[in-house]
Amino acid sequence: TFDDEDDELSQLKESKRAVNSLRDIVDDDDDDLERVSWSGEPVGSISWSIKETASSSASSLEGRDSSLQKGSSSYTGFPKQASSYSLSSLFKGEFCLSLPALSDTGVKNYAPELRRPKAEYKDYSSDWSPKDTVRRMQRGKVCSLERFRSLQDKLVLLDEAVAGHDGNIITAVLIFLKRTLRKEILFRELEVRQVALCHLIHFLKETGEQKLLLDLLRFLDRTEEVALYCVKSSEDTSHIQDHYTLLERQIIIEANDRHLETAGQSEIFRKYPRKASILNMPLVTTLFYSCFYHYTEAELSALQIPDKQYVLTALAARAKLRAWNDVDALFTTKNWLGYTKKKAPIGFHRVVEILQRNNAPVQVLQEYVRLVEDVETRLNLATKYKCHDVVIDTYRDLKDRIQLAAYRCKVERGSAEEEKIDSILNNTVRNTVYLLETFIRDRHALGVQ
Amino acid sequence: MAAHLSSGRVNLTALREAGRRELREFLDKCAGSKAIVWDEYLTGPFGLIAQYSLLKEHEVEKMFTLKPGRLPQADVKNIIFFVRPKLELMDIITDNVLREDRGRSPQRDFHILFVPRRSLLCEQWLKEQGVLGSFIHREQYSLDLIPFDGDLLSMESENAFKECYLESDQTSLYHAAKGLMTLQALYGTIPQIFGKGECARHVANMMIRMKREFPGSQNSIFPVFDTLLLLDRNVDLLTPLATQLTYEGLIDEIYGIQNTYVKLPPEKFAPKKQGEGGKDLPTEPKKLQLNSAEELYAEIRDKNFNAVGSVLSKKAKIISAAFEERHHAKTVGEIKQFVSQLPHMQAARSSLANHTSIAELIKDITTSEDFFDNLTVEQEFMSGIDTDKVNNYIEDCIAQKHPLIKILRLVCLQSVCNSGLKQKVLDHYKKEILQTYGYEHILTLNNLEKAGLLKSQTSGRNNYPTIRKTLRLWMDDVNEQNPNDISYVYSGYAPLSVRLAQLLARPGWRSIEEVLKMLPGPHFEERQQLPTGLQKKRQHGENRVTLVFFLGGVTYAEIAALRFLSQMEDGGTEYVIATTKLINGTSWIKSLMEKLEPAPF
Repeated sequence: TFDDEDDELSQLKESKRAVNSLRDIVDDDDDDLERVSWSGEPVGSISWSIKETASSSASSLEGRDSSLQKGSSSYTGFPKQASSYSLSSLFKGEFCLSLPALSDTGVKNYAPELRRPKAEYKDYSSDWSPKDTVRRMQRGKVCSLERFRSLQDKLVLLDEAVAGHDGNIITAVLIFLKRTLRKEILFRELEVRQVALCHLIHFLKETGEQKLLLDLLRFLDRTEEVALYCVKSSEDTSHIQDHYTLLERQIIIEANDRHLETAGQSEIFRKYPRKASILNMPLVTTLFYSCFYHYTEAELSALQIPDKQYVLTALAARAKLRAWNDVDALFTTKNWLGYTKKKAPIGFHRVVEILQRNNAPVQVLQEYVRLVEDVETRLNLATKYKCHDVVIDTYRDLKDRIQLAAYRCKVERGSAEEEKIDSILNNTVRNTVYLLETFIRDRHALGVQ
Repeated sequence: MAAHLSSGRVNLTALREAGRRELREFLDKCAGSKAIVWDEYLTGPFGLIAQYSLLKEHEVEKMFTLKPGRLPQADVKNIIFFVRPKLELMDIITDNVLREDRGRSPQRDFHILFVPRRSLLCEQWLKEQGVLGSFIHREQYSLDLIPFDGDLLSMESENAFKECYLESDQTSLYHAAKGLMTLQALYGTIPQIFGKGECARHVANMMIRMKREFPGSQNSIFPVFDTLLLLDRNVDLLTPLATQLTYEGLIDEIYGIQNTYVKLPPEKFAPKKQGEGGKDLPTEPKKLQLNSAEELYAEIRDKNFNAVGSVLSKKAKIISAAFEERHHAKTVGEIKQFVSQLPHMQAARSSLANHTSIAELIKDITTSEDFFDNLTVEQEFMSGIDTDKVNNYIEDCIAQKHPLIKILRLVCLQSVCNSGLKQKVLDHYKKEILQTYGYEHILTLNNLEKAGLLKSQTSGRNNYPTIRKTLRLWMDDVNEQNPNDISYVYSGYAPLSVRLAQLLARPGWRSIEEVLKMLPGPHFEERQQLPTGLQKKRQHGENRVTLVFFLGGVTYAEIAALRFLSQMEDGGTEYVIATTKLINGTSWIKSLMEKLEPAPF
């Protein structure tokens, strides 16, 4: 999609140049442009003004004459808060010192419910039907719900509220029902009213009424209804079981290793002190940790993990420790005749990437670049990471004299690599024999006699 | 100041003006000097309605951010809290009120303005804390639909999708319906309503009911909109998951646009004057407003990013040439004329400088190997390649612990493009994700399943290829420079939602009945009667105006695609876009993730 990059980039550069050259011409002290503070708020916008009015009052609060110029867009007087609205750093000290703790009686004195006649927001006068009540509430009028005494009426009220789709009203009715109905009845009725049920659960979560919430969920469980956000399927149960097992292992590892670390006897902990506790880390992180600190121990097998993920993680951990023998062993398989073979379930190109990220030396890198199956990828990687030998061998196998000759200028003059290229290019006799050999091999492979 | 709102086919300044009027009326109710305590989230949306100057005219002298503790010592008569109806905010307000020094004189009066609605739950909560009576005015400010641009309205309700599809809480739909009623009060009854999806059906029902129940809403305004199209986000779960490739879309994907503002890394925006800079390079992000008030931005924002460079370089030449003119200005008159144009030229220059810098920032990312690999996989999925097996790139990303949201976007995309994953594939992904990122994410995975973004292929039938072919969602020959089809916004993929809008205008949905049935939820048509005098007699060649309302969010790329259709010659329809929230794949998935509390031990 983005293939014509060069063209694109040069266009951008061009406009950049134009912009820069104009910079000298234009003087920026102009009043005609909209004034914008550095952070981009137009001077006069709401969020800009919050900072402004707040900062001026903040400075007067501190009792010193404002060193900040009101109306300027520079906030250098306020360390570390220029871009946020947070003023806590300024206010914290003052408030904590000057505020006495408020007692219960204080609350009543400070917030008397007398300032406004009740009649203004209560509506006792008429006898609204459930439907009308819901409608009036939707229009922002406060209605008394106490009038609905019978279960029948209350449920009609709830159904009307649900039909109105306004969560505000639904919740208000639920609060009323919660207060006036026995919870068994409330739960039973909500079970057949899923929308209302969701609202109540949400409300209980929000207000932190844990007990009622648990009662409700237990009630739903018993009737084998879906317990809305608890364990849902057997599959989830198995994940939770896995998590539990992992935590168990982590607790053991943590206790052991903390002991080892503080004792200072183990070399690996002295050389690479732990950065954090392993508790609550994901499984793969735990595996990495174990591959790093406990590679030779049996503990590893306790963590069940797919082959690919295991290889990736172990490789990263051992490469970080520059334990190249372990890396080698990771990819070596023996067949039943005892021959060894290299195999990587993640593909050798990724092995190379990971090793390279851990600054593996060229000798190590080269070994794995050579194993990359796809020729083009192999050449790319070998060229990128300067594995000259692999590049040379690959071109030789491809019988690509032109590329090989071109590559000659990329190796150091007088080096062994240059010599090798020369000998391949010059030794035409051997080369011809080689070509013949491959020709015969290919014919054979094709089944041509 | 709000010129960009009146540039479109529908003058949205009227809506903004209505909002300002309501705000003024409320402020005047609280007589005397005032301080406003802001729920920080609201400052962005309010900024699109009013400036500080308006508040100042109505005696607002101080403004603070809402936070626990004692309120600052402002010498004002009234303290007004502007808040969303959220319980955690009520706790802060309670704390503020209780800590108010009652010994001070004169005492300060408290008021609350709930946005967008008063909440009985919150008032109950305040009552239980014993502070409800402290508030003289408790009112609501129904900021339902906020004008973002000449053709764009948003409710900025961040959790609308989650509430509708996970929590069965349709309150945001109620607000959407109310917003639409306000819109009809200002711009006339919309005669035709089309819709697709459960939520769309609900909103249409509520609108019809509200109209019936408030007969006063029958108005005598000549209708501006011909058609309303209500679309559920879950009809098209695919589009937001793909990486947007328009200029504006990429800015949002990479830096996130909030209430038309974007914050950018400051390095590329060096101080304007040389000599002054250097010693203290800015460390705080550069904030820019992005809307059609800026001529250059209006021109490039909806283009495929690959077409932006050439426009910028063309502009650079024009501006350079314009500045060169000064050498040719000989007479006093000519110089005068040059000087009079200078402010405009300076604005153009600084606009060009900004967008060149932004384009460079984006280019750095779009040319990276990982961006390319990610895009390749997305495009494979969308064109239907290898959607039924575990994807190597996704596995690689998990192994390298790329951000979880990126993984989830890709896995969900694969699931949607395959009408659900094979059980084995789904289990494999889930296992790898949980083992790498932690088991606690099982709740998030559950949410994604509930929302239909992630599922196992139960029916055993993959409908996506049929949908893709019938709606021509994948176009092989896409022209990014001079597009002839909406698929340019994703360099090949034509957003399903916008295709539905396009096909509705011509030739009509009857032609795609079969596909509509494969997509979730009902599709429907309603008509609202107009008094005979208001029925429109269309002039020949006059375009229809359609309001497309995305319930559950819309991306900038979809907006770009609709704008492209508006501008098409002989397209016949112009679009205005409304939504519950402007989203991108990342912000959307994030809204569905379970907020994790720290482990209890």
